[in-house]
Amino acid sequence: MNAIDQFREQTRSWLEANCPPSQRKAIPEGELVWGANEVEFPDADARLWFERMRDKGWFCPDWPQAYGGAGLSEEYNAVLESELRRLKCRPPQINLGIWMLGPVLLEFGTEEQKKNLLTPMTRGEVRWCQGFSEPNAGSDLASLKTSARDAGDHFVVDGSKIWTSYGDKSDWMYALVRTDPAASKHTGISLIVLDMKSPGVSVAPIDLISGKSAFCQVFFDSVKVPKSQLIGPLHGGWNLAKRLLQHERKAMSKFGEFSLPTHFHLLPLVNEYLPEPSGQGELALAARAVACAMNEQSYNLTVQRMGQEARAGQDVSGLMSIMKLVHTEQERDKFEVLLDVMGYHALGWDKGAFSPQEQAITRGWLNSFALTISGGASEIQLNVIAKRVLGLPDVK
Amino acid sequence: MNLVYSEDHRLLADSAREFLAARSPVSRQRALRDEGGVNGFDPQLWQDAVALGWSAIPFPENLGGLDFGCMGLGPIFESIGSNLSASPLLSSVVLSGSLLHLQGNAGQQDRWLSASISGERRLALALDEGSRHNPANVALQAVPNANGYSLSGNKYFVIDGVGADAYLVVAKGAGAGLSLFLVAADAPGLSVQALPLIDSRNHARLQLDQVQVGHDALLGEPGSAGPALEIALDRGRVCLAGEMLGMAEKLFAMTLDYLKTRVQFDVKIGSFQSLQHRSAELYVQIQLARSAVMAGLAALDDSRLSAAERQRFASLAKWKAGQMALNVANEAVQMHGGIGVTDELDVGLFLKRIRVAQASLGDADYHCERYADLMPAHA
Ligand SMILES: Cc1cc2nc3c(=O)[nH]c(=O)nc-3n(C[C@H](O)[C@H](O)[C@H](O)COP(=O)(O)OP(=O)(O)OC[C@H]3O[C@@H](n4cnc5c(N)ncnc54)[C@H](O)[C@@H]3O)c2cc1C
Repeated sequence: MNAIDQFREQTRSWLEANCPPSQRKAIPEGELVWGANEVEFPDADARLWFERMRDKGWFCPDWPQAYGGAGLSEEYNAVLESELRRLKCRPPQINLGIWMLGPVLLEFGTEEQKKNLLTPMTRGEVRWCQGFSEPNAGSDLASLKTSARDAGDHFVVDGSKIWTSYGDKSDWMYALVRTDPAASKHTGISLIVLDMKSPGVSVAPIDLISGKSAFCQVFFDSVKVPKSQLIGPLHGGWNLAKRLLQHERKAMSKFGEFSLPTHFHLLPLVNEYLPEPSGQGELALAARAVACAMNEQSYNLTVQRMGQEARAGQDVSGLMSIMKLVHTEQERDKFEVLLDVMGYHALGWDKGAFSPQEQAITRGWLNSFALTISGGASEIQLNVIAKRVLGLPDVK
Repeated sequence: MNLVYSEDHRLLADSAREFLAARSPVSRQRALRDEGGVNGFDPQLWQDAVALGWSAIPFPENLGGLDFGCMGLGPIFESIGSNLSASPLLSSVVLSGSLLHLQGNAGQQDRWLSASISGERRLALALDEGSRHNPANVALQAVPNANGYSLSGNKYFVIDGVGADAYLVVAKGAGAGLSLFLVAADAPGLSVQALPLIDSRNHARLQLDQVQVGHDALLGEPGSAGPALEIALDRGRVCLAGEMLGMAEKLFAMTLDYLKTRVQFDVKIGSFQSLQHRSAELYVQIQLARSAVMAGLAALDDSRLSAAERQRFASLAKWKAGQMALNVANEAVQMHGGIGVTDELDVGLFLKRIRVAQASLGDADYHCERYADLMPAHA
């Protein structure tokens, strides 16, 4: 047996022995485990699964062992991922830091920053949030105004960030700030990390159309941030931000692969709520649902194909650039169809009168809008495809 | 499931692309149309394609094939699509050849499959009778008699039906299910008329008026042709999906070129955001369709799949490629503006062929319904 097959076999038997059966089912609402200073576990199995994966270094399997990863090559990591999928293992924890900031730190961080910031991430000890958007800087992120003034050995940060997911629950933030107000839009920006407990930071949650939410506005009032917390070059944050957003899009298109509470299988639900379509209208509705499911399968096949092409050494940058757009748009289409198929059952608001699944679908629908907007709105994704992939000319 | 072409497939793709670009470019199809010949394809080109081994790809070696699998047909049909090349590969080999292979006896294979692979004879499948593809709607009757069967009824939309040497006729009446009969082109009672379609290829309608065939004309047991027919049709559907993918990619490339050169309001029209977004959407649809087509091809060769699973992959491929190609074709015409509706531009030739290929062997609506019907009851 060659080394990779051996690794597959060892991984499979380790997972079978160590992933508690309760952790091999889709996660109901509220049972996601977030890596944080004080991790909240829904039950003992979730804690066990978290600790075992952590001790294997498998929160960050492809990061170097020096920072707490498992040092797996791309090929070995793909084996691990496929074995996790095969057993339908839940993600043992979720952590924006690992998905987005981590890879950028690996590429641009100083040795000290890697040691200090990556190691706790690989142990699931810090919850991170992203401070990019501002009230007047959304799609046009580079117009951001939150300032970081040079004050010797530290910066003084003033301004506000908005739509900060889990801003109220996070321990640390990575943020884009303007360090050179005189420079042109893209050149005066820097990337910093800061402790959310720093004096002068305050957080206000924002209610969304889906109800109470984890989105916040964060205010900075003369917040001191040591200069050692500048990531990459001073005024050179924009390049890092672009890198980070690539990782974000990748993560968002991957989200659907996990058995997350937001994932619903469409056709079984159609069978359940529209078992015998009658009349032209219901038949047309059923056909719409089938088309939606067929598009979803085409997307899943595209994810597979992209992996195979990447392994075969082909250029997959074009495919990569469509994933976030396709996934989030399809999810929204799917919820639209589900709402039509389920009728009043998908329009309930208060708990009690509707099943947990129905409630989740209603909220999922309302949430699905957020996904086509955040992480670069669909229109921005289309701009990127048109210009970078298709080479269409700029306006002017 | 393997969704990328192997090194061998890529070599095949390169050679097919070179061969068709040299021998059968779009201008040649235009010339064929203008000459108004009966075949709709160039017989010499077909002989040369046979010499390259194309007709032997999916068949086992003991029957004169290359045993290369249906996946090997993918690169060929993509090239056929991008060059708009006409040939009887689909009708005589993929559809009829597969049926002889799956359902024929040794004698029938010896006589007809070998001849189909070697390009000496040409076969065509006579299945549909109504205006839309539907194997469930066969009414052509086979009445058993002392000498065999008497066949009566009509067939439409017979691909490459004009000038074929024989037809595989799908009939009812012998046994409970569908039966397949080999009917020679010169059989008394059979009349063949050209059915010119917008794509200027070879299509025919057949009338069978008490056509007498012997027992040896029946492929397999009476009434048993259904499963083999579905397999052969699925091969044809996925090949057509590959052809549509090839056409759409070519058409999209032509359109992008135009967006990058045509100037209006003092700027390249490709800088208009509405056209950029529509182009990006087309790119997305092409990528999704490519994945569905690759899965369809892989499924045809994958013996681990159940029949229903394989059929669903075939329907997914034909559905996605058909829907996507129509969209690309319509947008291509629109984005070219006035010149897009002239005969001079090749865009119209692609539009017309895509329309026919999408209707052939089941359009998007047909395959959407079939996909749903094949779902396990409570998946
Ligand atoms: C659920 C959710 C979570 C988020 N989490 C975070 C987070 O954790 N951290 C963070 O920093 N930010 C976060 N965001 C913010 C998110 O990145 C922004 O909402 C997003 O970039 C869009 O900016 P905006 O809301 O200001 O919309 P705008 O940029 O004002 O866009 C309004 C509309 O105009 C369109 N538009 C804008 N520019 C163009 C253009 N050039 N061409 C065509 N159309 C255009 C947009 O597509 C959109 O339809 C989150 C957002 C959501 C919804």
